Amino acid sequence: MPINAYLRQDGRKGIRNTIVVAYLVECAHHVSREITFPYRNQDVHLIGFPGCYPNEYSHKMMERLCTHPNVGATLLVSLGCEGFNKGKLIESIRKSGRPVKLIGIQDTGGTRKTIAEGKAWIEQTMKQLEATPRVDMAIDELSVGTICGGSDATSGLTANPAMGRAFDFLVEKNATCVFEETGELIGMEHWMAKRAATPELGKEIIGTVAKAAKYYSAMGYASFAPGNADGGLTTIEEKSLGAYAKSGQSTISGIIKPGDIPLQGGLYLLDVVPDGDPKFGFPNIVDNAEIAELIACGNHIILFSTGRGSVVGSAISPVIKVCANPKTFKRMEDDMDVDAGRILEGRATLDDVGHEIYDLILRACEGEKTKSEKLGHQEFILTYKTFEPIGPACLPSAA
Amino acid sequence: MAYFQKTDDSGVLYLAAGDNIAVATAEVPAGTTVEVANTRVKLLSNMAIGHKFAVRAIKSGERVVKYGAPIGSASADIAPGEYVHIHNLGSDYMPSYTLEPVQDRE
Repeated sequence: MPINAYLRQDGRKGIRNTIVVAYLVECAHHVSREITFPYRNQDVHLIGFPGCYPNEYSHKMMERLCTHPNVGATLLVSLGCEGFNKGKLIESIRKSGRPVKLIGIQDTGGTRKTIAEGKAWIEQTMKQLEATPRVDMAIDELSVGTICGGSDATSGLTANPAMGRAFDFLVEKNATCVFEETGELIGMEHWMAKRAATPELGKEIIGTVAKAAKYYSAMGYASFAPGNADGGLTTIEEKSLGAYAKSGQSTISGIIKPGDIPLQGGLYLLDVVPDGDPKFGFPNIVDNAEIAELIACGNHIILFSTGRGSVVGSAISPVIKVCANPKTFKRMEDDMDVDAGRILEGRATLDDVGHEIYDLILRACEGEKTKSEKLGHQEFILTYKTFEPIGPACLPSAA
Repeated sequence: MAYFQKTDDSGVLYLAAGDNIAVATAEVPAGTTVEVANTRVKLLSNMAIGHKFAVRAIKSGERVVKYGAPIGSASADIAPGEYVHIHNLGSDYMPSYTLEPVQDRE
């Protein structure tokens, strides 16, 4: 049974019909927030880049996010003097065919006038978007990402393997599935290499994890929070073992970097660790930085496992929260979409929960709001990074 | 990698043959004797959900194995049934936790 999706002017299909308001520097944040706030429960989401200095990575991220298939229209808010290449950005968005407007606070004449102009455009555009054409979307046109956050030792026992089963079901139908966080796959590189579609890709995977290990060593910290330890995880390898489970058991088809959109279905590893010497600090300062990167790679929807109890959602793509720990679920049920922890209480099998997640993905694509959506979570964060393009061994050759 | 499908009501879970630890799937009090890895083990500490205990003696420096994968090396001798965590297990890759106070590092 096909999904009832939104058809974009560029032919891509989305599962939400969101207006994105994007500030192009922190100086434009307040004005953008004031424009968005009255419509925040009507599918108008706020994203933005805080920095004044230009950065290739953040430009590519903003371009991919503003032209994401879940996004119906984009309002760009500039202060006027910032370094973001707004001309290039609006040109890319115009090329995608979706409605776009750029307003500048300095040109328009200050806070009040810009807020008024922004809100007027939102109201007019919301009406326009009511006419967005609907179209059938098959599973092989769906792109799903996965992340774990607020992990404890139950994450790798219940939620992650169950999400891995859901990924297996999706990849069987040739959907695009993306997992990430090489900093939390430390020690798993040889297992992943065995699952690689080609030996060359296997070598790239090993190299990608080595890059992450080196980068985090330079930072002086592994990707590990105090809550992980309180929850029973002792080492980065143990955390990685649990995190690895969410990739399922399918063949790994390729490695992508933020903003790369796979052209074929299959399972992909998203390399989120910057290339070269550390230039800008920690690779992913928080889970939502990774979620933004998954979305920039085309993910319509994000699976998020948590043991300690993360509450975040995201702008643009809905987050399905899979709770690994039965105690956390009882305490925070309003924020959790799936009770995977019940596996540890003998109330379900791994496959039961895997099927439940798969069904929930389809229902969310059909419009059913996830718990974090209902609670208004639309977190977004974008920082500075630097990447080399992926090498030729990283993607499957054209079929 | 074979993931377990369901738990029993013993409160503990042994994940893969060859593992030298098992995990608690419920709060299990110290002193409880559990049947795990074809052996009987008496828990030396209260166990919280997800936390680990040794199923046999582990020597300092020995690899600790969970779900068939190494998760670090013992930093002290560990007795059967003993709680295994940051006080006696360390990463083979990078420290995830700075335990020593700054002044002791000179």
